[in-house]
Amino acid sequence: MIKADRLAKSFDRRAAVRGVTFEVGKGEVLGFLGPNGAGKTTTMRMITGFLRPDSGTASVNGHDAVREPVEARRAIGYLPENAPAYGDMTVAEFLGFIAGMRGYRGGERDDRVEAVLEKCLLRTVRHQPIDTLSKGYRQRTCFAQAILHDPPVLILDEPTEGLDPNQKKVVRDMIRDMGREKAIVLSTHILEEVEAICTRAIIISDGRIVADGTPADLKRRSRDYNAVTVRVAAPADEVVARLRRVEAARSVETRRAPAGGGECVVRVYPHDGRPVLEAVLAALAEKGWSAREVLTSDGRLDDVFRRLTTTADTAVAGAGKEAA
Amino acid sequence: MDAASNVRNIAKKEWLAYFNSPVAYVFIVIFLMLSGFFTFMVGHFYEAMQADLSGPNGFFLWHPWLYLILVPAVAMRLWAEERRSGTLELLLTLPVTPAQAIAGKFLAAWLFLLLALALTFPIVVTTAYLGSPDWGAVATGYLGSALLAGAYLAVGMLTSALTRNQVISFILAVVIGLFLILAGYPPVTDVLSRVAPDALVRGVAELSFMTHFESMQRGVIDLRDVVYFAAVVAFMLFATHVVLQNRKTR
Repeated sequence: MIKADRLAKSFDRRAAVRGVTFEVGKGEVLGFLGPNGAGKTTTMRMITGFLRPDSGTASVNGHDAVREPVEARRAIGYLPENAPAYGDMTVAEFLGFIAGMRGYRGGERDDRVEAVLEKCLLRTVRHQPIDTLSKGYRQRTCFAQAILHDPPVLILDEPTEGLDPNQKKVVRDMIRDMGREKAIVLSTHILEEVEAICTRAIIISDGRIVADGTPADLKRRSRDYNAVTVRVAAPADEVVARLRRVEAARSVETRRAPAGGGECVVRVYPHDGRPVLEAVLAALAEKGWSAREVLTSDGRLDDVFRRLTTTADTAVAGAGKEAA
Repeated sequence: MDAASNVRNIAKKEWLAYFNSPVAYVFIVIFLMLSGFFTFMVGHFYEAMQADLSGPNGFFLWHPWLYLILVPAVAMRLWAEERRSGTLELLLTLPVTPAQAIAGKFLAAWLFLLLALALTFPIVVTTAYLGSPDWGAVATGYLGSALLAGAYLAVGMLTSALTRNQVISFILAVVIGLFLILAGYPPVTDVLSRVAPDALVRGVAELSFMTHFESMQRGVIDLRDVVYFAAVVAFMLFATHVVLQNRKTR
């Protein structure tokens, strides 16, 4: 439903997006991850047709964002960054305006506004000017605007920004629900959000896609994937020495070694994420040490994120790029 | 059908925006007060003893100068505010074309200016009460003023699209407006004609609001004057479209 093909855009000769290609189908919720200034917002703006790509194409439901912008936008619900809205309008006036622009008239228009006020828990503030709302309400008002016409495609730029934990949960549940029959792209830098609602994640860094897969796939690329942490009643140096000889172990770290020496906590990192648990337990049993606590890790997204996005110059070059 | 309803929706939103804030009321009150002040106090309407709104010190004569300051104030927020607050991104990712958005905004602001102009009717009533004005001249005077307001507005619309800062938009619009007045203002053209060839002076004067506005005050509608104002509006709105299409960010 959403197709981006080698999208590229630069501002004042500085490349913001350099050849981004991906597709999102119905039933997918794609998480767009990346440091600030990596090109997430610029990519989304090109898909919604707000910015014209320097090269490459974007299309939504088969409509090209540049050649058939109006048709493409009809299929999109878009929540821009920072949730802009007309501050001097009341929530109901604002949503009424959007409903009109989406082609609803008369009674149908009122019904749409009513439904979305209900869905986004905005009924109590319907007659308040948007400028007087707190950040959370404002964010939800703009979110309501995006889903008002029940579009097949949703593009959400940081949808849970500024919400408290309860509101975050409501919005995430809504996105996950809608994700079953829509194609959704959302950007975020909250990694837990990706694990909670996304069926797929793309990590973008310095204008390029550096990883694309399910959250589980990505976590598998983490150094921590299948790492085993054990608490053992034995001196730390002896335990480490023994575990280093386990074949699949790449490295062994002492996490905690109290002065008394009666007990230690040790972590074993495997080669290439191979399962290492059984070999570790066998090694301990062979020495007659009992494991008091065992923990295996399924990988950490933040570790993958950091390793993929802080290589070389990107950490510095990316800063402030999207400030314009 | 779709296009018309998009334009109408946007015009309605802009109209609401004027009346949701004090801008509309302040503008109308100031416009009426100033046009009254200039006509009666500076123009000596009563002392002139003529039931005439278009004369050398008449009511309509002040309009180019009033609009010079007041219309940019009405126009400056049209795009600059959308850019500053980020709502431009919202507006231009709705299923509308930029041309429809421009048309909607222009219509709303122009209708608002026409409302203010219409509210000057007491002066017409006064004139009719005191004497018998030339109704043809009154009608063309109003028509000319309406077209003039539209031309100023289109200039302000362009400067508003150029920046996200309303003050800059205002100042640019005043400067361009001033040029368009002075290019045909007799004191300026008189000086010019002493140093420049006649053809050039007339060419520059033809660009001016004043030349075309004043000829409409004589009670004649010259198609060329109407075409001139329409052309200024069309050109400025087209330039606005180009600016919006080529913006780098928001």
